[in-house]
Amino acid sequence: MVSAQSNPNPPSPTGPESALAAAGEVAPITPGTASSVADGRLDEPPASPVQKKRGVPEGLWIKCPGCSETVYRKEVAGRLNVCPKCDYHFYVSATDRVAQVLDDGTFEPMYEELRPTDPLNFADRRPYSERLIAEQRRTGLTDAVLTGIGMIRARRVAFAVTDSAFIMGSMGSVVGERLARLVEHATQQCLPLIIISGSGGGARMHEGILSLMQMAKVSAALARYHGSGGLYISVLTNPTMGGVAASFASLGDLVFAEPKALIGFAGPRTIKATIGIELPEDFQTSEFLLKHGYIDRIVTRPNLKSEIARAIDYCGK
Amino acid sequence: MSDTSGLDFERDVTELESQIAAIERQTVRSEEAESRLRELRLARVDRLREIYMNLSSWQTVQVARHKNRPYTRDYLNLAFDEFVELHGDKFFGDDRAMLSGFAKLDRFKVMVIGHQKGRTYKERAACHFGCAHPEGYRKAMQKMRMAEKYRLPLICFIDTPGAFPGKEAEERGQAQVIAESMFLMSRLRTPIICVVIGEGGSGGALGIGVGDRVAMLENSYYSVISPEGCAGILWKSHEFAPKAAEALRFTAKDLSKFGVIDKIIPEPLGGAHRDHHQMAMRLKNYLSATLGELTTQPTDELLSVRYEKFRQMGELIEEPSVG
Ligand SMILES: [Zn+2]
Repeated sequence: MVSAQSNPNPPSPTGPESALAAAGEVAPITPGTASSVADGRLDEPPASPVQKKRGVPEGLWIKCPGCSETVYRKEVAGRLNVCPKCDYHFYVSATDRVAQVLDDGTFEPMYEELRPTDPLNFADRRPYSERLIAEQRRTGLTDAVLTGIGMIRARRVAFAVTDSAFIMGSMGSVVGERLARLVEHATQQCLPLIIISGSGGGARMHEGILSLMQMAKVSAALARYHGSGGLYISVLTNPTMGGVAASFASLGDLVFAEPKALIGFAGPRTIKATIGIELPEDFQTSEFLLKHGYIDRIVTRPNLKSEIARAIDYCGK
Repeated sequence: MSDTSGLDFERDVTELESQIAAIERQTVRSEEAESRLRELRLARVDRLREIYMNLSSWQTVQVARHKNRPYTRDYLNLAFDEFVELHGDKFFGDDRAMLSGFAKLDRFKVMVIGHQKGRTYKERAACHFGCAHPEGYRKAMQKMRMAEKYRLPLICFIDTPGAFPGKEAEERGQAQVIAESMFLMSRLRTPIICVVIGEGGSGGALGIGVGDRVAMLENSYYSVISPEGCAGILWKSHEFAPKAAEALRFTAKDLSKFGVIDKIIPEPLGGAHRDHHQMAMRLKNYLSATLGELTTQPTDELLSVRYEKFRQMGELIEEPSVG
C-alpha cells in the first residue's frame, strides 16, 4: 500500500533489512489500478502522502496532499502527523498511535503470540506466505492489529489499533482472533473498549472465506459485549473501508472519525464504474458520514485522547 | 431437452441434445433409430456426470450464475406450502433485491428472507441483479426481529453478487447495516438456517449469513471477493478471474474443508438449473430435517453453540514462547 513508504512517520523499520524492504518490496497491493467489485474493497489509494522515489531517504520536506504545500517533515511529526498549514491528518502507524492515545508506558500488548499462516496456500503474482514475511519486516508488526490493555488519562481500557500499512490494514484470521479475544477479555473484565480502525483492504482476500468469517466472529463478540453493558468507542481513520467498515468499525456505541478520512463500504472507483455518475467531492469522507448520520463526532488527532476519556466518564465506565 | 445452458464447457452435451432432439422429431422411428436414441441419451447422462464431477472453480461460478438457476422465489413456490410476502423496512423503502415473509414448510411455520435476482430483464433491473441496498438489510433485520418475537425459525437464502455499490447505498449506510445485521443474527433468539443457493458474494451474503446451520448447494460459491474483483486487484486484470477463482478456494467442498459450512446439498444431474423441482425437494428435505433438530433445542444452548461455531473460524499459528 502506498502510504507506508512516504509519510512523515513511516512504519518503524527494525533494521537496514526492513529499510531495504521498504524501498523495494512495498506495494503488495497497488489498488490504484484495480477496479473492484461490490464487496467494498478499496480500489484506489486513499489520499496518499507525498510520493517518494524508491530508495531515496526520507526528505526534510514533504508535500501535503491536503493543501499541496511543502511542509517541514519534523514539524509535521511534532504535531502528531497533522499538517501545520491545513490540518491534514497523515498516516500514523499502530505503534505511534499507541503512544499518542495511551498514557506513557501503560500499554500491555496481548495476543502477540497469534501469528498469521497461509490456509489457502494462496499465490497471486507472489505467494501470500512470502508477502506476510515481507510485510512483517517492513512494518515491524506481526499482523495488521495491535491489541492489549492500557490507560487513557488513568482510565483502564481494552485497546486495539489496526495499521493500514500492513497488507492495507486488512482483516485475516489473526486480526479477527486478536479482536475477538480482546472483546471477550473486555467483557469479562468490564473494561471500556477502544478500537482505532484504519483499513483500505477490508477482509483480507488472501485468506479467502476465513477472512470474511472474521467479520461475523468479531461482530458476535461485540454483540455479547454489548449485552453485558460494555462501552465501545470506535475511532475511524483514513481509510476505513469494506469488511472492516462493514463489521466492528461500525458497531461502536460511539463512533468518532478523524477529519477527512475515507470511510465506506464499496470503493469509489467501483461505484463510479457501476452507476456511471460523478460522485460529490466529499463522498465517503468523515464529513459526508457525519452529514448522513453515521458518526457521532469528528475528532481531530490532538483532541482524541481527551475526547475518549470524557466519553468514558459520561458513560460512567 | 432444448439447449438452455449456454455454458461453453457443456458443448458436448449440447451437441448430444440436438442429435437426440432430431431423432425425437421423427414421428415414425426405425428400430435402429430407437437404439441410437437410447445410446445418445445414455451418452448425455455420462457426459453430464463427468463434467459436473470435475467442474473447475471458475466453471462452478458460471453454474452458480446461470440464468436459469432457481432463485429464492422459485424455492418459495416449489418447496414451501405457502408464502405470505411481507414488504418494507418500515424506514425507507421496499428493496426488491431482498425478499421476505411468512412461509410454511411441512409442519413448520417460518420466516424466510432471501436475496432475489429476478428472471426477466425488467425484474432483474428492479432487483438490481440481486444486489441489496441498505433498505434491503434493514428490511431483513425488521423481519428477523419479528421472527424472534413470535418464535418463528428463520431461513435465509443467500444469492447475491454482493451488496450494491452505489452513491445512495453509501449515503444510507451500507457498511453500517451489514455490520448491524450480523450483530443481530448472532444473538437472535430463534433458530436460523442459512443456505447459499447460488452466489455468496462477500459482505452482502454474510449480512444474512450468520446462523445455527450454514449449508451450500453443490454448485454454489461463497467468497470474500468476486473472482473478477480479486483478479483486478491482485493480477491487475479481470481476465485472470479463472485463476483468482481457483486461488480463492470458494466452492462448497472448499468451505466444508475449512469448517465454514455444515452441509453440501447435492444438485440434480447437470446442475440445479436443469431440474428446479428436484432441487427444491432436496432443499426441502434438508430444511425440514434441520428444523426438526433445531426447534427442539433450548434457546440459550442454541445461542452458545452458534457463538462458538463462528468463534472458532479462522486459521493461525499460536507461538508458545512469545508473551
Ligand atoms: Zn496541508
